Amino acid sequence: MRYLGFIPLALFLVMGVYFALGLRQDPNDIPSALIDETLPVFELAPVYSGDAPLASTDLVGEVAVLNVFGSWCPPCLTEHPVLLEIAARYDVPLYGMDWREPPEVGRAWLERHGNPYTRVGNDASGRVAIDLGVTGAPESFIIDAAGRVRHRHVGIITPEIWQTQLWPIIETLRAEDGEVR
Amino acid sequence: MRSWIYAVMASVVLTCVLLTSAVFAAPGPDEILTDPREEAQAQALYDVLRCVVCQSQSLSHSDAPLAADMRAVVRERVQAGDSHQDVLDYMQARYGDYVLLSPPLQGNTIALWVWPFLALFLGAIGVMTYIRHQTGRSVPEELSEADSAAARALMEEEGRE
Repeated sequence: MRYLGFIPLALFLVMGVYFALGLRQDPNDIPSALIDETLPVFELAPVYSGDAPLASTDLVGEVAVLNVFGSWCPPCLTEHPVLLEIAARYDVPLYGMDWREPPEVGRAWLERHGNPYTRVGNDASGRVAIDLGVTGAPESFIIDAAGRVRHRHVGIITPEIWQTQLWPIIETLRAEDGEVR
Repeated sequence: MRSWIYAVMASVVLTCVLLTSAVFAAPGPDEILTDPREEAQAQALYDVLRCVVCQSQSLSHSDAPLAADMRAVVRERVQAGDSHQDVLDYMQARYGDYVLLSPPLQGNTIALWVWPFLALFLGAIGVMTYIRHQTGRSVPEELSEADSAAARALMEEEGRE
């Protein structure tokens, strides 16, 4: 009975621990509703005139990365050299989605900074981004061979994130496919 | 006297500024639907959907480009004849529970919803136990001889008047 007075303090400490843990989480990293779901159907106009449009069905068949970017987005420029490096050194299709700008603006940006993408589609209206649950750029999705979204990365892909998180996921997914076949 | 007038003027100006800022906040004038019933439905939806970039703001309060895109989707769904719940489901399928400003009552949120009532209940029990404890302690003892004599004297005094 004498210790009852300490209950509020104990509750406060428990809450404090949870709040402290919460502070360490990135508030932008809200869980994706699309994980393990089939990629939403889309057909994006090509950024390079003359290219075929980028359709959701193009991402089916092998493990692929879909990266959302915009020339208006400074963190995308920070991420860009990493993507160029990935395109040069890793064997994985890297699709780009040029978000919320006319295709020619995205094209000019890619011509200036280099194009790491296997193919680039344009989502000027932002409609496909909403279907994908995109909350900001850059944002990247790993799509498995069956065309399901398996992982979402919010924010810049750093070399470290690529090596320790994303590439291992791609390798695991490929291994899974190998077993199925 | 002067300072009183200044105070009134300052508060009038401040009120005007605050009111106009509310008027100019998103959604913009080009976003209004012509059908007033659809517009009302869209507005009600803006209020309960979260802007996923600015997070603490609803779609009706956010000027973020993504919020404008999401409002456009809401209007499109409303004009296509979707019900309030249909539009919420549509957004939830894309952005998860997080897009709903008010968390739905379900398995993983039960603690969130039950906890305040539980806390109130536990608090009430605590207070009741405390009060009972206190009253138990302050049961009036028998008055001493001197006290009851004084009390009797007082009561007689009252009676005489």
